[in-house]
Order: sequence, then C-alpha cells, then structure tokens
Amino acid sequence: MPTTIEFENISKQYRLGLVSTRTLNHDLDRWWKVNVLHKEDPYLKIGSENDRASAADSEYVWALKNIDFKVEQGEVVGIIGKNGAGKSTLLKLLSRVTGPTTGTIRAKGRIGSLLEVGTGFHPEMTGRENIYLNGAILGMTKQEINRKLDEIVDFSGCERYIDTPVKRYSSGMTVRLGFAVAAHLDPEILVVDEVLAVGDAEFQKKAIGKMQDVSKGEGRTVLFVSHNMTSVKALCNRGVILQNGMLVDDGDVDTIVTHYLRGDNDVDNYKTWDVPNIKGNGFELLEIGIRRKNGDFTDVMRMDHELELLMRYKLTSVKENFWITLHMKNEQGNKIFSFSGFDRCYEHHHEPGEYEQTCIIPANFLNWGNYAIDFMAFNQINNIELIAAESDLISFSIANRQIAIGGYMGKEPGDVTPVFNFEEKRLK
Amino acid sequence: MQEETNNSQQAISNTNEEWTTVIKPKDKLLSINFKEIWDYRDLLTIFIKRDITTSYKQTILGPLWWIIQPTFTVVMYMVVFGGIAGIPTDGIPQPLFYLGGVCMWQYFADCLNKTSNTFVANAGIFGKVYFPRLIVPIENVVSNLVRFSIQLFLFVAVYVIYAIVGTQACPNWYLLLFPLLVFMMAGLALGFGIIISSMTTKYRDLQILFSFVVSLWMYATPIVYPLSQVAGKVKFGINVYNVMCLNPVTPIIETFKHAALGAGEFIGWGWLAYSFCFMTVLLLLGILVFNRVQKSFMDTV
Repeated sequence: MPTTIEFENISKQYRLGLVSTRTLNHDLDRWWKVNVLHKEDPYLKIGSENDRASAADSEYVWALKNIDFKVEQGEVVGIIGKNGAGKSTLLKLLSRVTGPTTGTIRAKGRIGSLLEVGTGFHPEMTGRENIYLNGAILGMTKQEINRKLDEIVDFSGCERYIDTPVKRYSSGMTVRLGFAVAAHLDPEILVVDEVLAVGDAEFQKKAIGKMQDVSKGEGRTVLFVSHNMTSVKALCNRGVILQNGMLVDDGDVDTIVTHYLRGDNDVDNYKTWDVPNIKGNGFELLEIGIRRKNGDFTDVMRMDHELELLMRYKLTSVKENFWITLHMKNEQGNKIFSFSGFDRCYEHHHEPGEYEQTCIIPANFLNWGNYAIDFMAFNQINNIELIAAESDLISFSIANRQIAIGGYMGKEPGDVTPVFNFEEKRLK
Repeated sequence: MQEETNNSQQAISNTNEEWTTVIKPKDKLLSINFKEIWDYRDLLTIFIKRDITTSYKQTILGPLWWIIQPTFTVVMYMVVFGGIAGIPTDGIPQPLFYLGGVCMWQYFADCLNKTSNTFVANAGIFGKVYFPRLIVPIENVVSNLVRFSIQLFLFVAVYVIYAIVGTQACPNWYLLLFPLLVFMMAGLALGFGIIISSMTTKYRDLQILFSFVVSLWMYATPIVYPLSQVAGKVKFGINVYNVMCLNPVTPIIETFKHAALGAGEFIGWGWLAYSFCFMTVLLLLGILVFNRVQKSFMDTV
C-alpha cells in the first residue's frame, strides 16, 4: 500500500505562561540571532519535554518532539495517550490549524477534520443554510453539497427541522447535523477527535458505521484520537502511543492498547521481594500478583477473563489461627468488597513453612476499569492481631470485553457486573 | 543493502510530486496559493450570503438601517459643519456634498474595521478548520460592497431630486473612473486591515490605537470640507495641499466628488496614480505579512 501521510521529524514548541512584556524582547533577540547572525534559534534549544506534572525549568516546552511515522493508505490509526501527551496538537498540525516548529508533514489527498463538528454554524441560519456554510468551510464545493444534500439531511435525522434556525436546535441535533456534513465530506484522509462521545446509542452506531465504511470500503485513511480504548480497538488496525510529546510505541492495535493500559496509571499487578518488605511476627510475604487464569502477569485482563490472585508467603513460627483478608478498591479508592479464604478453604493452624494461596475471581464479575487491593494478614490467639498490612499493595486494570461494532461503548454503572440467572416465560 | 537504500531514495523522490499537501514550518516569502483561494470561491459566496442575511435578523427595520445611518450622519454634518462651523461645500448643496463623502468614507471605514479584526474575531473557527484565511478579509470587503451600493442608491435618489429641482451639480466624464475608485478604496482598506489584523494577534495595543486612528483619519480626508479650502495654503514652508494629498484616500474621495458633483477641480492624474501605487504596494505587503502570520497565529492569539 502506498504511503498517504508522512510525518518527518515533527516538533511543536509552545511558550508557557502569559505573553509578558518580554515577548517583543524575545522576538527581537530571536530575529537578530537567526536572521542577522545566522545562529541557531536560542529558544528552540532550551525547551524541555512536555511533562505536565513536573514544574517547568524553562519557559518553552515541546508539545511534540521528533515525531516520525508514516501512514499507509487505508490504515485506521488510533492515536492514544494521556491528556497533554500531544495528540490534539498532532491533529491540529495535520489539519493545518497551526504550523509545526520543525519538520515536514506530507499528505496525499484532501484532509478532512472532525476536530469539532459543526464548526462555523451560524445560530441565525437554518439547518439547510448551515449545511452549505459548514460544508464550504470544510472544503466542499457548492455542487458537491447540492449533490449530497438529501443524504446529509437523511443521515442527520433532522429533516423536520431543516428550515428552522439552528439556534432552536437541541445540542444533540446540532452535533448530528455537524457530523452528518463532515461524514459526507469524503476526504482521502479523515482526522477524528473524540466525536463519538456525543449522541445517543443509535447515532453512535451510525457514526461508527460510517467511519468503517470510509476506511474499509473506500480505502480511505483515518486518524482517530480517543480515550476510549474499546472504540479504538473496534475501529483501528494500528495504534500509536504518544507520551510527553514523543512517540513511544507504534504497532498492531491490540498490542498497543495492551501496552498503553499496562503503562497507564502505574498499574502494578505483580510484586515480588528478595528481601521481604511486608512482614511481621513470623510472617513474610514473598510474592503477590493478579493475572488472567493460565496467563502471564504481563497479559491484559479483560472483563470476560477469569482472574487469578496468587500469594506466596513464609511462616517462620507456628500460627494457631492465621488468615489473610483482602479489600478490593475501585478507581475512586472506595472499598467495594472484602474477601478472604478464612474459614472455608484452609486450616487455621499453620506449621512453619512456605505457602501458596490462590483465589479465582469469576469472569464477568468486575466491571472494566482500574482496581487496587489492600492486603492484611491476621493471627488470633486471644485477641485478633494484625501482623502485616499494606494499602494498595497491587493495582490492576480490566479492559472491556470485545464489543461488536455499533454496540454500546460506554461504561455500565457500578463496579461489578455479575451474571445472574434470569428466566423468562411467555404466559399468554 | 547499498542498492536498497538507493532504491528507496529513488522511490521517495519519485513520489515527491504526488504529495498534494506539504506542511512545513515556514514557506518561502512569496508562496501565496492563489489557486487555493480560487478553489474555495464557493465558501466566499456563502460567507457573503451569511453576512448579508444575518446582519439584521430579528430587527424590525432590517436593511433600512443601512439608509438610516448615513441619513442621520448627513443631517448631523449639516448642522455641525455646514451650519455652526460654516464650512463651504464648493457651491454644492450640503446634503449631496456630505452624502457623497459619507458613503465613500463609510465603505472604507467599515472594511477597515472589519478586516483589521480578522484573526481575533475568527479565532474560534480558525482554531478548528483550515481554509485559506485570506477568504475572510476578502469576504468582508465584498459583502460591505452590498451595503455600499444600497447607500449609493440613496445618494443617487437624492441626486435625482436635486436634478429635478434644478441645481448646477452635474456629473462629468471622470465618472467612468468610479469602478476604479471603489476598487482602490477596497484595496487600501484590505491592505491596511490585514496588516493591522496580523499585528494585533500578538500586540493587542494596536487594536485600541487603531480604533481611534480610523475616526481621526476621517478628518484628515476631505469628507466634511472641500480640498479647495486648503489650496495654496503654506504652513512652516510646506504646501498643506500636497500634504493632504499624501493621504492615499484623499485623491479617491476628491476624484469621486469632482466626477459626480462637479465639485472643485480634478485632482490630477499624478495624485491618482500615486494613490494607486500606494494601494498596490500596501496590498502586496499586507498579503505577505498575513500569509506569514496565519500559520502560527493560533499559538499567539
């Protein structure tokens, strides 16, 4: 397949803070050094990489740094990364809203962007007039719009209101109309930024279907930015991870999403110690981890996987009444339940030695999201004695199960999604 | 291996011509893509339509305001400049004299005010989609033309009334220059406007400065007085008449007044040519500056 887009050493620099009185000064300084003395631009060197969390030691920052990659025709590339990783900047460069600081982007064919649908809608004008206005802004000719008008109106589902000023539309209708125009732009390269977050399920289905047609049927190239890994996985065949303005990973979408989820939020689902850290009163924790059953600790855990929690520990003295309790915590840090094998699967009396304990969490029990586990080990002689404890000892992410295209891609409420037995009978 | 790299280099240079979009930090100084602007001509017409249809939505008088505004301005001038200050009008009836000047000046000022605000006013749209930015100031100049022609209609109507009554004001052959005069007005306004708008993205002071410069500029242009008033006057050893004519708008307004009303003398081809050259240089300079700023303005606006 031929290359459609080529990013060559793309960097984008921004200046932090307000434009102070020193700007003119900087401008003149830069101009003098670059154009008169023919030196390197002094302000391009001092930029630090874009890390939101750490305080800046320079006024200039790289939103993107040395981005180098090629996209082939017909590829659907998901660009993923945390907030501020440079995803939107990259799309902005591509849609020519702003220019790069260094490097070159080359592209074949018309670039259509869905950075924000309904751009340039005039509230006083009717839906029909706005279709023309918006279409022309996106680069369509009047003839093209004439030809596609019926299709656009039909797709938007706003036929009844098409001659009403857009200011009377609900926000959902405005978005539908905007997306309908953009979807019929038929660009060779389509740039999409999180538009799927809007609209109801029926419209989402339509929108995703349209995007799929565009990429699969017509061999067009799509760049898709989203935080929703489920839709990225469903739509894209290639993934790219941006981190602090740099391209850190590139490859097949499943691998990339896995890497991203693992790298995100300091997920740490396996711990082992050479010198035990969690210990007390003859107890030493050697190893703890959670993984999908029969899998590796590096594998992605999905909702429809059975999960296996594994603990290995050593007891150096006799314990009359020993047990381990775990607390499952959700993303907000709330405890959702406590679980333990106490009283059920093992003897309370423990001889010294090395033990292994496993616990199976059934598939389709935990909702997708991030979780953490608190660890506690107890021994009871007369009073209950807490011999070792650690909050947030391990944490892990569960990914959504594979969803058919057009299905609901949002998150169901709640932390657990147990599968109950429902029965239905026809009575009459 | 060596051969392979050679081949791939070959392939790169071969495909180089197929790229339809190349985005670089800075283009060459003179790389203005006029073809692109032409490709977006439909956008231009739709923008013009939008401006005209929406400017007086939800008003009772609607486009009538375009007539009311100059009418009241002229009445005001008649009271202040014609009545209280007693400034002569070259023997032309005051309403005609003022109306001619006001129509022309209003067009210039409207264009200037609107184009000088291009980047700041359209930051929202420019921040999301790309289209040739020059479309917007061009659209301003063209859509103001509609308003201008309605006001000109008023001027002609008043003219006809005076002609029936029997006043001496009579047009002459210089009136054939009228389209050129309008073009020059538009060019000057566009040129100044885009230079100002390019500069205001970074230094907003200019916008504040500029809003009152435009209102002062009117008094440096023979709108409320005839240029013949300053003819032959010398101050500090400088001919005031020549200084007045250095204002590139002066020759245009004077030519119009002379052509339509027969007021004063024809200013001369020399000054008209000066004004034309001024416009051409300004417009080119403006487009160059604008073209440079449009790439990075989203980061500074």
